[in-house]
Amino acid sequence: MAPAAGAGVEGIGTAGPLRRGLLPRWTPLAVLAAAALITAGLFAVTELQGTAGFLIVGSVVFLAAQTVVSVRVEGRRRAVDRFVSSLVVLSFLLALAPLISVLSYTVLKGLTRFDGEFFSRSLRNIGARDAGGGAYHALIGTLEQVAITTAICVPFGLLVAIYIVEYGRGRLAATIRFFVDVMTGIPSIVAGLFVLSFWILGLGQGFSGFAASLALTVLMLPVIVRASEEMLKLVPDVLREASYALGVPRWKTILRIVLPTALPGIVTGIMLAIARVAGETAPVLLTAFGAASINTDPFNGPQSSLSLYVFQQAGEAQSTAVDRAWTAALTLIMVVMALNLIARLLTRRNRLQR
Amino acid sequence: MAKRIEALDLDAYYGGFRAIEGVSMVIEPKSVTALIGPSGCGKSTFLRTLNRMHEVIPGARVTGRLLLDDEDVYGPGVDPVGVRRAIGMVFQRPNPFPTMSIYDNVVAGLKLNGVKKKSDLDAAAERSLKGANLWKEVKDRLNKPGAGLSGGQQQRLCIARAIAVEPQVLLMDEPCSALDPISTLAIEDLMTELKDRYTIVIVTHNMQQAARVSDVTGFFTIDGPGSPGRLVELDETAKIFSNPSEKRTEDYITGRFG
Repeated sequence: MAPAAGAGVEGIGTAGPLRRGLLPRWTPLAVLAAAALITAGLFAVTELQGTAGFLIVGSVVFLAAQTVVSVRVEGRRRAVDRFVSSLVVLSFLLALAPLISVLSYTVLKGLTRFDGEFFSRSLRNIGARDAGGGAYHALIGTLEQVAITTAICVPFGLLVAIYIVEYGRGRLAATIRFFVDVMTGIPSIVAGLFVLSFWILGLGQGFSGFAASLALTVLMLPVIVRASEEMLKLVPDVLREASYALGVPRWKTILRIVLPTALPGIVTGIMLAIARVAGETAPVLLTAFGAASINTDPFNGPQSSLSLYVFQQAGEAQSTAVDRAWTAALTLIMVVMALNLIARLLTRRNRLQR
Repeated sequence: MAKRIEALDLDAYYGGFRAIEGVSMVIEPKSVTALIGPSGCGKSTFLRTLNRMHEVIPGARVTGRLLLDDEDVYGPGVDPVGVRRAIGMVFQRPNPFPTMSIYDNVVAGLKLNGVKKKSDLDAAAERSLKGANLWKEVKDRLNKPGAGLSGGQQQRLCIARAIAVEPQVLLMDEPCSALDPISTLAIEDLMTELKDRYTIVIVTHNMQQAARVSDVTGFFTIDGPGSPGRLVELDETAKIFSNPSEKRTEDYITGRFG
C-alpha cells in the first residue's frame, strides 16, 4: 500500500532523469590542448608575451573552456566538480613551482664548487677573492651544534610531552603548556641575545659551538614538546586501558605501548625541528661567532656553521665567495634531507608490513 | 584458580556524579555471570570497578568493599596493577596493539611483566591462541600485525591476550557488540569452554546471548536520567528469563521498557 500512497500527488521531489550526458575521459587533455592553442593565438595577435603570462592566461582559458563544455554536456554539479578539481591541481602546481625553482637553482649554482676541496678544506688564509677554500669547518660546526642541541632537546622535550599528556592534571600542566607556547614565539635572534648576555658575557664562557647549541635549544625545545604532545594525544585510550588490564604498570605502558605507537609522528616532529634549527643564522652568529679555520671542539673557541657560512660568503662582492655560499647552501639542504631520510628508514623498520 | 567475587554496598562516582549505588552481589567461580540492563544503567561501570579500571578515568572513584575470595580489592595497600593481573578484561571493540605482531600481542602481558624465556612465551602463545580458538587460523602468520585480522579474529586475539597472563577472573564488556553472528557464536562457544577454568563476567545488550551463555544473570537499571544505576535482581539465568521476581526485570526482558 505504501508505494501507491503518493502516486497521484504532484510532489516537490528533486529526482530528474537518471541518465545524463558524460564527457569522455580524454576531455581534460583535449581542452588543455585547445586552451594552449587559443592562448598561443592570443599571444600572437595581441601584445601579451612571456612564459609566466602564457601559463596564467592559459590556465584561465582552460578553466573557462572546461566549465563551459561541462555545463553544456554534463550539467551544473559535474561542471563545478571539474572546475574545483582543476583549480586544486593548478594550485598544487603553483605551490610546487617555488620549491622546484629553489631546489634546481641551488643545485645549478652550487655544483660550481661541489668538489673535494670544498669538503676537505676550511677558509683558513683564504680571502674573499681567492679561489678554492672550503666549508669543512662549517659542516663540522653545523653537525656538532645540531647534534648537541638534539641530544639536549629530544629527551627533555619528550619527557615534558609525556608529563603533560600522561600525568599532568590541573594547574602545573596548564602552566607548562602556556610557557611552551610562549617559548615557541621567541624570535631566534632573541634566543641568541639571551645566550650572549647570560652565558657568554654574564658567565664569561666565551664564544663556542656549545653556546650556539644552547641558543638553538631555546628554539628547538618547544617545537619538540608540541609535536610530541600532539602525537601522544592521538594514541587511543583503549590501547592504554588494554595494557592496564593486562596488569602492566603505567610507566611500562607509556614506554612500550604508547611511545612505539606514536613514534613515527614524533620522529617527523623531531626532524622538522632539526631542519628548523639547522638553518638558523642569527643565534649562531651571536654565540659561536663564526671562524675561518677548523675547530672540532664545540666547547672551546669560535665555530662556524653552514648557514653562517652562507650568510658571510654571500655578503662578499666577489664571485669566488658567492659560489662558495651557493655550494654551502646546497650542502645544508642535503644534510637536512639526509637526516630526514635516515630517520624515516629507521622508523619504517620498526613498523610491521601488512 | 578461578576466584569468587563479592561486592558489598559498592558505589562508583565520576567526579560528583554517582553512576552506581549500593551494588551488592556474589559472583561464583567457574561460572558465567551476565549483566544486562538499559544503556547508561551502570553495568559497564560496575564491571570496570571489579578490576579497578574505573579509577583510570580522572576524577573517578569507588566506595564500598569488593572481595576477591577473601581479600578486599579496595583495601589499603592493595596495588591496582596486581589486581589487574588477577582479573583480565576484554573490551567492547577489539583493541590489539597496532605496533605488535599477532605473537607479540598474545604474549604482551607476559613480556611486559618480565617473562623473558622464549620457550615459555612460545608455549603461552600457543596455549592461549588454542584457548581462544584462533590457533588454526593464525599459526602460519604469527609475525604478521594483529591489526590485519578480521574483527572477530581480532576480538579472539584480545581474548587470547587476556588469558595468556592466566588471570583468575575474566571480564568481558560487550565483547560481541562489534561482531557478526558467526564471530559472536565463536566467542560464545569460547566462553562456555573457558568457564571450566575462569570466573567470567560479561556485560551484554543482547538478551538472547545472556540466556545462551550465562549461568547467573544480574539486571541493572536506573530510575531516571541523572540518578544512579542499581542492581535490581540477580538470579539463575533460567529463572530471570522465565519467572523473574521483580516486575521491572520482567518488563525489561519482555521488551516493555528500556
